[in-house]
Amino acid sequence: MKRRKFDLAATPGKAAVGVDDRFQVATPLRKLLNKVFPDHWSFLLGEIALFSFVVLLLTGVFLTFFYEPAMTEVVYDGSFAPLQGTPMSAAYASSLDISFDVRGGLVMRQMHHWAALLFMAAIVVHMLRVFFTGAFRKPRETNWIIGSLLFWVGFLAGFTGYSLPDDGLSGTGLRIASAIMLSIPVIGSWVTSSIFGGEFPGTIIISRFFIAHVLLIPGLLVALISVHLGLVFKQKHTQWPGPGRTNNNVVGERMFPRYALKQGGFFMVVFGVIALMGGLFQINPIWLFGPYEAWVVSAASQPDWYVMFLDGSTRLMPAWEINIPLGDGYVIPPLFWPTVVLPGILVGLSTMYPFLEARHLKDRKSHNLLERPRDAPARTAVGAMAVSFYIVLTLSGANDVIADKFQISLNAMTWAGRIGLLVVPPLAYYVTYRLCLGLQQHDREVLAHGVETGIIRRLPDGRFVEVHQPLSASNGHADGHGQLDYVGWVVPKKMNRLGALGPAIRGFFYPIEKPVEAPVSPGHPPVEARPEREEIGSGESRR
Amino acid sequence: MSTHPEHQAPEGREPLDVNDPKLTRFDIVREGARRDDIEIVHYEPQVLPGTKAERRLTRVVAGFFLLTGLAATAFMVIYIAWPWKYEAGRGGDKFYTPLLGFTLGVALLAVGFGILTWGKKLLPKEVSIQDRHEGQVDSEGRTITGQTMLYMADELGVKRRPLLGISLLAGLAPVAAVAAAPLVGGLISQPHKNNQMFTTGFATAEGGERIRLVREDGRPVRPADISTGGQLTVFPGIDHGVSNKHADSPTLLIHLRDSDAQESRRANEKIGHGDYMWGNYAAFSKICTHAGCPASLYEQQTNRLLCPCHQSQFLITDNARPVFGPASRRLPQLPIEVDSEGFFVAKSDYTETVGPDFWERP
Repeated sequence: MKRRKFDLAATPGKAAVGVDDRFQVATPLRKLLNKVFPDHWSFLLGEIALFSFVVLLLTGVFLTFFYEPAMTEVVYDGSFAPLQGTPMSAAYASSLDISFDVRGGLVMRQMHHWAALLFMAAIVVHMLRVFFTGAFRKPRETNWIIGSLLFWVGFLAGFTGYSLPDDGLSGTGLRIASAIMLSIPVIGSWVTSSIFGGEFPGTIIISRFFIAHVLLIPGLLVALISVHLGLVFKQKHTQWPGPGRTNNNVVGERMFPRYALKQGGFFMVVFGVIALMGGLFQINPIWLFGPYEAWVVSAASQPDWYVMFLDGSTRLMPAWEINIPLGDGYVIPPLFWPTVVLPGILVGLSTMYPFLEARHLKDRKSHNLLERPRDAPARTAVGAMAVSFYIVLTLSGANDVIADKFQISLNAMTWAGRIGLLVVPPLAYYVTYRLCLGLQQHDREVLAHGVETGIIRRLPDGRFVEVHQPLSASNGHADGHGQLDYVGWVVPKKMNRLGALGPAIRGFFYPIEKPVEAPVSPGHPPVEARPEREEIGSGESRR
Repeated sequence: MSTHPEHQAPEGREPLDVNDPKLTRFDIVREGARRDDIEIVHYEPQVLPGTKAERRLTRVVAGFFLLTGLAATAFMVIYIAWPWKYEAGRGGDKFYTPLLGFTLGVALLAVGFGILTWGKKLLPKEVSIQDRHEGQVDSEGRTITGQTMLYMADELGVKRRPLLGISLLAGLAPVAAVAAAPLVGGLISQPHKNNQMFTTGFATAEGGERIRLVREDGRPVRPADISTGGQLTVFPGIDHGVSNKHADSPTLLIHLRDSDAQESRRANEKIGHGDYMWGNYAAFSKICTHAGCPASLYEQQTNRLLCPCHQSQFLITDNARPVFGPASRRLPQLPIEVDSEGFFVAKSDYTETVGPDFWERP
């Protein structure tokens, strides 16, 4: 019998045939490899959120191995000397152990926290990109709603997460959260009592938050993110207008290999930046705050940044208490409006925005081409209004720190926030609207008359005019101007953009290729060095 | 640029025979793309094989990958060998976390930049155009699917046999309740058990002694312990009175100056709290009536108490009335006196509700 020869080079091919025999994946796989993605830096903002989420899952799993979600009182005997002998909850003690008694635990905890902050920041910036470019329009309303939900679910994930160490700062946050639940009319005290298992703080809230933070909320996040990505994949990405780009095609790169390599590299970069932050920048030093005690708080107790806008709205709310004189009397506390009603309105308005806009504009078409913010002045102005509203609230969330650092009266800061919240957003609307119109006008002007060259010419009658470089050949127009239509994309406004500067020379320290002769502008003679000037002296040499 | 949408394959294009031996591999790739309605309209190598630029870029990418290996090895060495245990006075351990983060960050960034350089600089640039196929509505498909679903509904025959539908709904509704019941029933907790929302640790047990005011360490407080203008956080002198079990009980005991005390007493009398102070001493709940933070920043000069969470300010000499910020209700005052042994005691529990407001607060 002849022994069969083992051909190593043919093995992958054989294996592939074997797989395809069983699963028939060749054609679907080709479709996947070939899928075209448009490329623009702003399309990568959402990826940062996705990659931070992966880092969150990885570091989070590590933390669960060492964290103990219990409020039983223990006496700390870990290595952090200043707290030794202090009675505290097991949750706080185990959080301290992660920081001091688990090898590499602190860097993991800090990476987890920074990844969470980055996750929320990337979601917000990505949302702004989607909003200001009109990417939320039909057919992508569902993904816009899922995206807004991701912000709020991420918000809950963050809050339940930073409550877990049960330190002085997070306990104060929990106390405020319980007061917010209490403020809900009619059912408030029942809701709070049910969630906390009795009166605040009770003994169960940490373990309930733990299971919410490590199972329920991440499960929801994974589900929402999967649908979000699946829809992007199914509906294909939006693209900017430009040469060859229509509402009915996608112009870009195929997914493999270049696009996928860039994605993989970008993931590593995001991961690396989070690792650097986790190691080099301290975040949430819980050992400085001490265990939570109901009577201890320090000035400048601020929540994580994405919660600060609610803290700000709470601070700005006037003390308007509504009393209902029925029976023994009922109360709607002022806390209810900025912390329950306001977020409710924000969720409703933001998720419904695509439908509101489409209804207002009577726009039922599908849009796969993005709009530059200047081309939709009303939307851009509404967005600017929302952003300024949010910024006033966030700054007000830190108004005591600002008052302290800049020596401003605290009450003046509160009043500035109250007035600012009403005045700044309309102002932002007006200014943004005018800016958009101005930018539109300038685009049209350049298209009609050309780019400013910076060359001033004196006419025979003594007038000075600036020479403009038209963007197209004159096309037989008497005034020498071609007619160019605005296509919704960047209009070159500098001579360099038209190639006046010549190609860049490649190479970091020395050119790796012989530089191409830079074209010399016909208007300029080659510049010569200034002739060496000599000082007039006695004629003697000074050497 | 050679992006020309006109280049797109016309409809009804003859598919290539991919087994034709004359075809190059790229021809087959392009054919595959065409079958997916993708036209590769521009495909241009960025570096030519064998050029100086290619060798240089290869070195750069390799350099990044080698840097990754170096940084990752450094991470392992530091992770194992560096003294990491916390020492008072902060020895070498304070560099442990920064070094780990730095080496890990450099390792990941280098692999990232290596891959990015590889993808962005070494691979050919391309522009491909894929059809969205969104414009044309497949109305025939809609009709078929719609009719299929309607046919299935007909087969079920709910319209003809309404009893089926009604009984199904009637049967399933309680099942939904059954699914929700354990969760709701298990979690729900009566908020007014033992009147807990209206009492604090200072409530005297029936026929029992009045509760002493104690410090954080459990020692009772004498009037002489607080200097004029000073203040002290006190707790009910009961079991766990200082712990979070009685999170509503922390109280601020203030020794007012003479003039402020008189003003304060006059304000007390106006609301029928004439006997709440003892001498120049007054005690107010420390739990803010707004969101429950401890209102703990006492400004001696103005007799204002500020809550650092949302900046509510309470004027102590006017029954701790809120004078600024979002709080709408005064801090409850604890009626106090001094017992026969000379220690502060609470005459009774707070007479107003302590802590943040809620719906049924009378």
